[in-house]
Amino acid sequence: MTGSLLEVRDVARTYSIGHLLSRHQVRAVDGISFTMPSERPEILAVVGESGSGKTTLARMILNMVLPTAGSIRFCGADLSEIRRGRDRLEFMKRVQPIFQNPFEAFNPLKKIDRYLFMTARRVAGLDAIGDCEHRVEEVLNKVGLSLTEVRGRFPHELSGGQLQRIAIARALIPAPELLVADEPVSMIDASLRLSIVNLLRRLRDEMGVSIVYITHDLATAYSISNRIIIMREGRVVESGDARTVLDNPQHPYSIMLKTAVLSPDATLRIPAG
Amino acid sequence: MTHPVLTVSDLRAYYQTSAFGTQREVKAVDGVSFQVGANEIYGLAGESSCGKTTLIKTIAAATRPPLKVVGGAITFDFHGRRVSMTNVDAEALADIRWKHLSCIMQGSMNVLNPVRRIRHSFVDFAFRHVGEPMPVFLEEVRVHLQRLELEGQILDAFPHQLSGGMRQRVAIALATVCRPDFIIADEPTTALDVIVQNSVLAMIREVQRELGSSLIFVTHDLAVHANLSDRLGIMYAGRLVEEGRTADVFRNPLHPYTMNLISALPRIGRDNPSKGLEGAPPNLADPPAGCRFHPRCPLAMDICRRKDPPMAEVAPGHRAACFAVAPEKVQ
Amino acid sequence: MMFTIFRDLFRSRRSFAAGVALLAFVLIIAAASLASPYPPNDSFVVPPDLAPSWPHILGTTSRGQDVFWQLTFAIRNTLVFGFIVALVSRIISLVVGLVSGYVGGLTDRVLMSINDTFIVIPLFPILVLFYFVMRDNMSWTLLALAMACLGWAYDARLIRSLAMSLRRREFTDTGIFSGMSTRHILTQEHMPYVLPIVFSTTMNNINWSIGLEVTLSVLGFTDINTPTIGVMIYWANQHTAMVAGIWWWIFFPVLLVVITFIGLFLLAVSMNEYIDPRSRLSRVAA
Repeated sequence: MTGSLLEVRDVARTYSIGHLLSRHQVRAVDGISFTMPSERPEILAVVGESGSGKTTLARMILNMVLPTAGSIRFCGADLSEIRRGRDRLEFMKRVQPIFQNPFEAFNPLKKIDRYLFMTARRVAGLDAIGDCEHRVEEVLNKVGLSLTEVRGRFPHELSGGQLQRIAIARALIPAPELLVADEPVSMIDASLRLSIVNLLRRLRDEMGVSIVYITHDLATAYSISNRIIIMREGRVVESGDARTVLDNPQHPYSIMLKTAVLSPDATLRIPAG
Repeated sequence: MTHPVLTVSDLRAYYQTSAFGTQREVKAVDGVSFQVGANEIYGLAGESSCGKTTLIKTIAAATRPPLKVVGGAITFDFHGRRVSMTNVDAEALADIRWKHLSCIMQGSMNVLNPVRRIRHSFVDFAFRHVGEPMPVFLEEVRVHLQRLELEGQILDAFPHQLSGGMRQRVAIALATVCRPDFIIADEPTTALDVIVQNSVLAMIREVQRELGSSLIFVTHDLAVHANLSDRLGIMYAGRLVEEGRTADVFRNPLHPYTMNLISALPRIGRDNPSKGLEGAPPNLADPPAGCRFHPRCPLAMDICRRKDPPMAEVAPGHRAACFAVAPEKVQ
Repeated sequence: MMFTIFRDLFRSRRSFAAGVALLAFVLIIAAASLASPYPPNDSFVVPPDLAPSWPHILGTTSRGQDVFWQLTFAIRNTLVFGFIVALVSRIISLVVGLVSGYVGGLTDRVLMSINDTFIVIPLFPILVLFYFVMRDNMSWTLLALAMACLGWAYDARLIRSLAMSLRRREFTDTGIFSGMSTRHILTQEHMPYVLPIVFSTTMNNINWSIGLEVTLSVLGFTDINTPTIGVMIYWANQHTAMVAGIWWWIFFPVLLVVITFIGLFLLAVSMNEYIDPRSRLSRVAA
């Protein structure tokens, strides 16, 4: 099916754990299929609890790990054929990650602007220093920061929110078509989450970037996603338009997830006992 | 408040480090005062590095260098027995720990000894306080575990055989088996999945109600506070900026920081156009003069840059530290 | 910047200052070899068997050599030998450890099999065998290379396990997606974590190689015409110096090498804490 940005077809990933005497297979991902269109940018939320396989799925989409069954195609090209250095670099120009832990995403002993300039030079392919600086400043402004604030700083000098923004900025440097964000706000304070999540929404609306937004937080998924798939133990239990599914979940597991979400409006009910 | 179980007054606790010639003093807790009554859940909220974990450590007398209490007082009142945590000796501390005061710390599920069965953890922690023969003690523990929906067989298991949620419930069971008067919980559910988190929170509330203990519950997640805490204290940059009954704080937040926190919470079913909090908390080694929130505050006035607002009672049982809400009275 | 590090360490850690002092002392003596009035290999240039007195402040040997000036050459050669062995074996263990740990898979298994073979090899008999095979063609360079080839295995495994854990950290993935080449990641991102281990193993390695050299030389399994600490002791034994009462011939070389060991050890211990990434973080944050 040409014309889709990302096509995941019957993808499975099994790990075998144990030792010589008792090996058994763990099916981290077990037959997942979905597509993301290329005509318009969208945010696809992948929701599930720990152990649902969503991080494994993310790593497969990023071509960090190969599926043991099924195929993943990005703009028609099968990811399993992207092995050589130059092909990988081309791929990374168009697909970039945002990781869960902003404090771990950067080497604590090195200055953070290194990653930005390195991405500009090697992934985006900008040669002149002026071009690099310009691009870095541009993406930092997009996320609400500036080069002066960031230049020469070490990761521990910045807050989790700032670090995650810088991680997003770095991912934007080669002007990718797809971002894979693996729980980008779960390690950030509840009060700061919304600003990062809104940033992701702006990326879709203003820059036309599609995002695979992996999370266990239904509320933020509701807030920004176009479509949603709910995973459990490696399988999809429900999928569809985000608002529809979350306003009115059908599958028992989805219903359970939704009722488990704590609402801050609870105080407006009469307290019990 | 009549007969508060815990009274903290003007507590100051700093991290004083000196590494290879450079001195540094981080004012993690800088003048905090509040009280916790009997049979009440007091929630403590705030961003990372606002000082809540440091506050908890000092209350539990779990401070080690470079953390040092430099001023103020922490006093417990366990049914008439007063203990001051700022100068308590090791023996008195061992006596009140687990029997009167117990803790569920962050990452609690990882404090169980991985090479010993669960049973041993209970014996190590609680046996000496119960003062009964071993079989009776173990039977009591089993009954207690059932309250948390854990089966007695758990006692024979090793920690790695249990899931994160189960380990967390074991930690709660450990902290409550001696029916303490006061429980301190620091982010006990942060690392858990939503569904498990819910059941663990429900259990915490149930156990607290049944024992009649007081509980300080620390988490940055306001949604949890909304569903659990009776009273809520908001911390920012080492200070308490607002405090009151949870319902009051949510319905009518006084301090601009609180207002921003609450409006920035995403909810299902609400298309949320709120902006969220910008900027970053101040560096506690070099905090701004005057009110510590003034660089990020939309209501900042001239006086905010010069003087530090005290906690003032704006409505019954509802305090806030803000000049915009409680103007400085002209003497 | 190096100077401020040096100065900070010097002021704050007595062990560092002591280590520097001891090593400086040893290095000065080694440097003094350049001013020696007597060529190192000549014998019977001064009256033999003189007790320490002026002008032969450490006495003279039964071969008619001034102990002090011999010592300057001896410690110089011994130190150079130790450094060369340490340097070459560090390079080997770094390359093997980093590549093995980062790349994993088949490369890892092959390299580690080779590695474990080297760990198991009994050093001493091999070196003795080496001597007997090389005999007159034996030179210090050859011996240094031989020892370097035998001394990298333990540390390679250490570095490998560190490299494996670094590979799994998220900033490595960020580096990959920033377009960093494997070489770049290994040398720039991972190296600061690996260096403390390398440094402390270097000190150990120098001590080990000097120790082994002294042992081999005392037993006569090296080129005994070039003065090193071990060779001096060898000759002293050949002339039964202890029995003959010429104690200064043995005492001073031993004393000097012990001072060297202690100095290197103190340096390693004090610098190690400084270089350790965790303490570096708390300093940078200050």
